[in-house]
Amino acid sequence: MKHTIFTASVCALFASIAAAQTDITVAIQLEPPNLDPTGGAAQAIDSVLYSNIFEGLTRFEGDGSVVPGLAQSWVISEDGTVYTFTLREGVTFHDGTTMDADDVKFSLDRARAEDSTNAQKGLFADITDVTVVDPLTVEVKLDGPNGNFPFNMAWGDAVIVAPESIENIASNPVGTGAFVFSDWVQGDRLEMTRNENYWGEAPALESATFRFISDATAAFAAVMAEDVDVFVGFPAPENLPQFEADPRFQVLVGNTEGETILSTNNKMPPFDNVLVRQAVALAIDRQAIIDGAMFGLGTPIGTHFAPHNPDYVDLLTNSPYDPERAKALLAEAGFADGFTTTLKLPPPSYARRGGEIIASQLREIGISAEITNLEWAQWLEEVFKAKDYGLSIVSHTEPMDIGIYANPDYYFQYDNPEFQALMEELNKTTDPAARSALLAQAQTIISEDYVNGYLFELAVATVAKADIQGLWVNQPTAAVDLTGVSWGE
Amino acid sequence: MNKSFVIGAGLSVVFLLLALLSFVWTPYDIETLDIPNKLQGLSGSHLLGTDHFGRDILSMIMMGARTSIAVALLAVGIGLLLGVPLGLIAAAKHGSFLDELIMRGNDLVFAFPSLVIAILITAVFGASAINAIIAIGIFNIPVFARLTRAAALPLWERDFVLAARVCGKPPARISIEHILPNITNLMIVQGTIQFSLGILAEAALSYIGLGAQPPTASWGRMLADAQTLVSIAPHTALVPGFTILLMVLGLNLLGDGLRDWIDPKLRLIRT
Repeated sequence: MKHTIFTASVCALFASIAAAQTDITVAIQLEPPNLDPTGGAAQAIDSVLYSNIFEGLTRFEGDGSVVPGLAQSWVISEDGTVYTFTLREGVTFHDGTTMDADDVKFSLDRARAEDSTNAQKGLFADITDVTVVDPLTVEVKLDGPNGNFPFNMAWGDAVIVAPESIENIASNPVGTGAFVFSDWVQGDRLEMTRNENYWGEAPALESATFRFISDATAAFAAVMAEDVDVFVGFPAPENLPQFEADPRFQVLVGNTEGETILSTNNKMPPFDNVLVRQAVALAIDRQAIIDGAMFGLGTPIGTHFAPHNPDYVDLLTNSPYDPERAKALLAEAGFADGFTTTLKLPPPSYARRGGEIIASQLREIGISAEITNLEWAQWLEEVFKAKDYGLSIVSHTEPMDIGIYANPDYYFQYDNPEFQALMEELNKTTDPAARSALLAQAQTIISEDYVNGYLFELAVATVAKADIQGLWVNQPTAAVDLTGVSWGE
Repeated sequence: MNKSFVIGAGLSVVFLLLALLSFVWTPYDIETLDIPNKLQGLSGSHLLGTDHFGRDILSMIMMGARTSIAVALLAVGIGLLLGVPLGLIAAAKHGSFLDELIMRGNDLVFAFPSLVIAILITAVFGASAINAIIAIGIFNIPVFARLTRAAALPLWERDFVLAARVCGKPPARISIEHILPNITNLMIVQGTIQFSLGILAEAALSYIGLGAQPPTASWGRMLADAQTLVSIAPHTALVPGFTILLMVLGLNLLGDGLRDWIDPKLRLIRT
């Protein structure tokens, strides 16, 4: 009898080896503070939930293109102000309720409401009315034409939620996605299982576990020990060559929408003087920062725009590394002896290491930047909200976010009516060629005004087991989309 | 002269000299980064290699020695300056309410784990070398106060103190003229031990980012920076690690040796 059990278990063991694995453990750096992508600002919320649990009317693909999501098609009125979305049939939420036009109206009205806590209310700002035509048709009226509307609706902040489950969304997210939320052990992991009633193509994975490891050393150990199968956004670029050399792993390096900039407080003297800002820009050796802080990962940028975007204009020539001219500019601005300012740095290594390099480069032209290291919460409070800073380094990971320069209350405090008018015009323009021209103009204005020091486009490194397929290489939005992921044979 | 004293003194003097030398000369300027030459191993041009920014590690160690010694010295100074008078007062007013007040106050400070409070202080008032000194220094106060009181109490019973009291000397003068000179040796030994603890505390605070801020060099921060580089450039972690080890070992041996030398009774037992 014992013998039979033994044989059976050996057979079972071999069977499980032969069949492809159907579960996956994915690590990311930060844990989401809550699970409501329509209410919280943290990028980690989208990383875990986007496309896996929640879906929007449209969605991002791994290459950054926008494709139909819960809306299978849409029609734009002649004047460009009315979008009529036709929803997919037979879509249900994970709790069994059907997803229909009422849910879409609920989600959009909730996001744009006065008291909404949505982190990207700007996405919904031009909606004037949402009407339910029939259960599968929704009409969205805008206050002007907006060629970007389908793109806006693809964001994680615009996913469709249901009124039936909204109350507990922050701890028990109920969406329409290919995976169903099953458990969240705070501080440790979040688990999800395959949605057997999914409307689209069923994912290859049966279950997925997200783990949160922010410490670079612990991340390295977890991947090396194979505690995790995938690490998206691996925090220590210096360790990547070791993974590349190891046949157990594959390393994917992709681009993100993260413009890493030397944020400058444009209202704080002496940075209110464009000559000083230009001097700072010329004092920065971008390649040294990319090599020193990122171990070579990253693309230099000359303006606040992603280089892989077709509308990107190469403006690096506006701010070449030229410390001599920088010194001359400082003298012209009346700061021949330099000055002292603050450099407040959030935790990521691009900021902490980059900050030390920039402080050293600024010292060369006589500017003494006093470094203060801050945790994220402190950074949001002191720099982002209170605007109590001279310089800071941060990566702006939202896609197509050049519009933030039109907001004079944003933490750079850049107030340029010309740029604000340009952005208004851009929002009204639907013609692609005209939009490109306007975007080019916008990039040039902020580059020539030296609003911030433009450093590099953040790269994202994903370390995964060698036989995992279908991972996103690039991060067009913060997401770890597992719907297309599978283990190779 | 015993062996541990010689080794301890030797190590301490080496680091002290390195720190002093850094005021006039270091092999390289550590404020200028040389990124193309980062993470080089030990070589003729960089005796202890370079770090992730291409800075010369030997120069960093020298500048870091300065930070460590300055922080630890000032922290011990705070402890001595405030702790010893408190202890002398408590001993002079032995049994009084003042004595109770001072000693229970010391117990209160002593009750908290020192590093936790140091973290609290630097987190509230901002991370800087000055705040690290204050945070470490506060915890030296009860150490010296207790030791002073414990050593002074038996002295107050001695005949020479009695004689001084009979002559009408006020307790303050007795404390300074008769008690203090007799406990100085003890303070030197304890000071050495606290000094080495101060070096460790400074390294720990800098390691978690609450000590001296860049570009000021600090051994603890060198360790923290090297953490992810251990597998590709081990020397970046080993050098500051061993530096801290040797410095603390040296000071402890020195303290041990001093105690044996100063206390004849102990010396007799050992030999």
